[in-house]
Amino acid sequence: MSTAERDIGARLAFDRGSPGRRGVGVPSWEGERAPLPPAGLLRERLRLPELSQGEIVRYYTALSRLNYGIDSGTYPLGSCTMKYNPKVDDLMAALPGLAEAHPLDDAGRVQGVLRIGCELQEALCSLTGFAAASLAPAAGAQGELAGVLMVKRALADRGDLAARRRILVPDSAHGTNPATAAMAGFTVTQIPTAADGSMDREALERELDGSVAAAMVTMPNTLGLWERGIDEVAELVHAAGAYLYADGANLNAILGRARFGDLGFDVAHVNLHKSFSTPHGGGGPGAGPVLCGEELAPYLPAPVVVAEEGGFRLGRPPRSIGRLQQFHGSYGVLVRAYAYLRSMGLDGLRAVSEHAVLNANYLRALLVEAYDIPYDRGRVLHEVVLAGTRQRREHGVRTYDIAKRLIDHGLHPPTVYFPLIVEEALMIEPTETEPREAVEDFASAMLAIAEEAARDPDLVRSAPVSAPIGRLDEATAARRPDLRWLPAGDD
Amino acid sequence: MAAREAPAGGAPHPYIPHTDEDRRLMLARLGLSSTAELFQEIPERFRDPPLELPPALAERELIAFMAARAADNAAAREHPRFLGAGAYHRFVPSVAGSIVQRGEFATAYTPYQPEISQGTLQAAFEFQSVVCELTGMEVANTGLYDVGSATAEAVLMAARITRRRAVAVLEPIHPGTLDVLRTYAGAADLELEVVAAPADPADPGSAVDGALGERHACLVVQQPDFLGGIVDLDRITAAAHRRGALVVAVCDPLALGLLRAPGDSGVDVVTGEGRDLAGPVSFGGPSLGLFAARRDYVRQLPGRIVGRTRELHGPRGAEGAEQEPRTGYVLTLQAREQFIRRERATSNFSTGQQLIALGFTVALQTLGPRGLRESAELCYQRAHAAAARIDALAGYSARGRGSWWFQEFLLRGPLPPAELLARLAERGISGGLDLSGRAEQEAHGALLVCVTEATPPGHVDALVRALESIGGAQGGEDPA
Amino acid sequence: MELPGGLLYTAEHEWLQIAGDRGTIGITDYAQDQLGDIVYVELPEPGSRLESGAVFGVVESVKTVSDLYAPVSGEVLERNERLEDEPELVNAAPYGEAWMLRLRIEDPAQLESLLSPEAYEELTRQEQNGG
Repeated sequence: MSTAERDIGARLAFDRGSPGRRGVGVPSWEGERAPLPPAGLLRERLRLPELSQGEIVRYYTALSRLNYGIDSGTYPLGSCTMKYNPKVDDLMAALPGLAEAHPLDDAGRVQGVLRIGCELQEALCSLTGFAAASLAPAAGAQGELAGVLMVKRALADRGDLAARRRILVPDSAHGTNPATAAMAGFTVTQIPTAADGSMDREALERELDGSVAAAMVTMPNTLGLWERGIDEVAELVHAAGAYLYADGANLNAILGRARFGDLGFDVAHVNLHKSFSTPHGGGGPGAGPVLCGEELAPYLPAPVVVAEEGGFRLGRPPRSIGRLQQFHGSYGVLVRAYAYLRSMGLDGLRAVSEHAVLNANYLRALLVEAYDIPYDRGRVLHEVVLAGTRQRREHGVRTYDIAKRLIDHGLHPPTVYFPLIVEEALMIEPTETEPREAVEDFASAMLAIAEEAARDPDLVRSAPVSAPIGRLDEATAARRPDLRWLPAGDD
Repeated sequence: MAAREAPAGGAPHPYIPHTDEDRRLMLARLGLSSTAELFQEIPERFRDPPLELPPALAERELIAFMAARAADNAAAREHPRFLGAGAYHRFVPSVAGSIVQRGEFATAYTPYQPEISQGTLQAAFEFQSVVCELTGMEVANTGLYDVGSATAEAVLMAARITRRRAVAVLEPIHPGTLDVLRTYAGAADLELEVVAAPADPADPGSAVDGALGERHACLVVQQPDFLGGIVDLDRITAAAHRRGALVVAVCDPLALGLLRAPGDSGVDVVTGEGRDLAGPVSFGGPSLGLFAARRDYVRQLPGRIVGRTRELHGPRGAEGAEQEPRTGYVLTLQAREQFIRRERATSNFSTGQQLIALGFTVALQTLGPRGLRESAELCYQRAHAAAARIDALAGYSARGRGSWWFQEFLLRGPLPPAELLARLAERGISGGLDLSGRAEQEAHGALLVCVTEATPPGHVDALVRALESIGGAQGGEDPA
Repeated sequence: MELPGGLLYTAEHEWLQIAGDRGTIGITDYAQDQLGDIVYVELPEPGSRLESGAVFGVVESVKTVSDLYAPVSGEVLERNERLEDEPELVNAAPYGEAWMLRLRIEDPAQLESLLSPEAYEELTRQEQNGG
């Protein structure tokens, strides 16, 4: 097999190799053989590929070449904070003392791991202005679930849960916010966005009453904008007896510059695979620690790391919502994030937000003439949301087409069609690790595509032509799902 | 420590490329004089608060610092260890570790743009296929966070499908998994009932029969169970299905190299923990929740699903003629997911465990059908041989639970479990898990000891010698 | 856009065809065009009851999901089983082969609140200008 294989997708590992080949040897058992369970408890067949080791490596290396990562080039997915992932952090997580630590070992035998957890908790508290943290959530969405369940439990403890069954979520929110609220048994009320890109204050005040459990606010919001008057919003929410939740997906914009706790938030999650630079892995693993003030600290998910005289141990907060995973959290990810924090220091983290915001504004300035910018304040934080409305109206070219054409320019497209309140949205987050030239190259590609849309719209609509594969038939994929390998003749 | 000095006007950090000259050019374009102006929307009283964070470490300093942290763990040194209980020291082919380090896989985001994400997508389709083959199920997703949350999602799915509000969980089940089930069931206001362990997992029929009713959405059962016993899933499913309840089987994927595929036993949903076959234990995470089900439930699945399809148009050849469309892979059935369905999604799941799933896939495909079976049998034989040797020592008993067991057995000695563990620790041995406090009769006064295919024979020798010397010091009477 | 006369319409883009106390429900050509490639249709079982104005099912396209609202109250007599395997019929023949439900109409008075073809056309025109 070579990279020249025309239709590599047509042949899975299951379709390659030959019966009798193997990829690795297993030590043989020389001792006395204990009897195996009766046949009724044993498996009848196991169909897995039979490949030599070299074949396996070549196949997955060929697959890797069909991918695009932050190591490959600019990856400006809005709200995803795709920044450079330091290689040294991967090496740190692989140190045997950390990588081989057993989660149920006696605390005295894993002090190094626990100390990292404790210091990471403290650093995250310091950066977000909160009193306590749990590193248990495996990803942002699980951090959200933890935060909302903490609110639920606190309301139950004060005898107020039966009355408070609603959670307010702005219409610009990530889909995980309403989905989380529903998972926790709440109903969702959507708050519209005002013309300046902040929450509609009047609508918020109208909805805030004794039936509200919490409001979930992304800070800064998904338009890349500071949520204006957030401290007043916090006062309103608290006056109504509800809690204020911060979705910290966009923390990169304000690292070291503003803190959720200071702004009046009660609880938040942060995404370590975004702001703290752990590799995203093509869809995880991540980590989504949850943080809160004194009031909600007793409800944090288990475990938390506790520092005591003589050492560190795992503990369970007194009114904990319980565990979210069988063990303690994504420690391999936490170690990377901690190494990143220590390699940045406070000045480094402030430089992160400074240059992430500088890059986003520079990009905005380079594109402001060629693309529409809804909710424009003339200034953004970490990301800029453009709209392909002009290109659609004047040339019949959609944002979808612009995204695909960027691939032909050798770049990864931004997030598209999100936030939902922006038509034909292109949500672009360059992050601080992109050099000025890379931002300019991306802008040049976007400007070139705007011109192509006017001159030769079919060219843009048929993109990509230089990718490993062309546009795929997603409708048939969803209508007649083909979700697994089966041997020929068995489907 | 030496402070790292950047050259005057240079970039602020190796990860941030902007020099003074870059900043000057960019700010000029923005009509600003300093980057501080970019943050003016943050009200002044909240802006740039004083923070306590340690100073930055240069790369060499960082390595030394982290190496010191790592050294402060027993795992930094090779030593005999017999702790399992859900996190197993496994034989992972080196190929898996090598492939997951490739930046093209490791530094990609979720594959929202299939044209430049075929590597992640095709590998995920391989993963779904491997999970289906291993479990004997018809559909699988691309993986969830870990076995605990995957099992919780299975329970929520069973409640959606059956429209029933009670969930039964059969002991012995991993206490961490049970805790996660309580968290999620509480979130969804489901009723969770714990069913006492059957005397013999190979004959669980009557224990299950008496406990299940028409109100139960599902029965959750662990295979092998938390104390190591091999469960007869055929009998469990027969009993549960009589009540219209689904069966969620929480399976150890290595054990499935040997044991009957749960799909063949009629199980409705299979979950499992894939981490230990994919890479390091890493203090129990990041993990990999396996999730497979019957095809009827495909639109109720949580998480992401990859489907196989074709190009809409084939590529243009040299003469401009359209060639045959090629095969490709996409995220599919996305209307179930939070970013489309929002509050009515099947789950809030977004970022998952894709890279661990890649490691799992490569590891299992490298092992192949024979390698996995051999690994599972080696695990079984090493564990049974170790138990037999210890059982033969005066003053000790080492027996598996029930008629048949896989890799973990119950060890009793002349000392209470906590003391026995402490004596073993003095000898540099991580002896197992203290089972004090568990409800099962056979767990009283016992340690749960795990021997796997990756346990070197020398480590078992060391354990036997240590137990012998501890027992000798106590005068060896057989425990009651 | 195809807009047959003789049918009644809703502001949520369903159509209703009346024959005595029986009605047939589907979605409009405009609706299928807005949704794009339809990949799945979820419908209630025969014997269940529709409540006028309430959600009775779901239509999914690749990237969106849309609720179906009952134009009138009534008992479901039959559902179009072909849509389970051939959801693309909704794109191809929204008024014909892609009918969704047949039902027994409970209260003929509810028909008065439905839209004529002309009124529905005006509504879609406004929607397009607004969007």
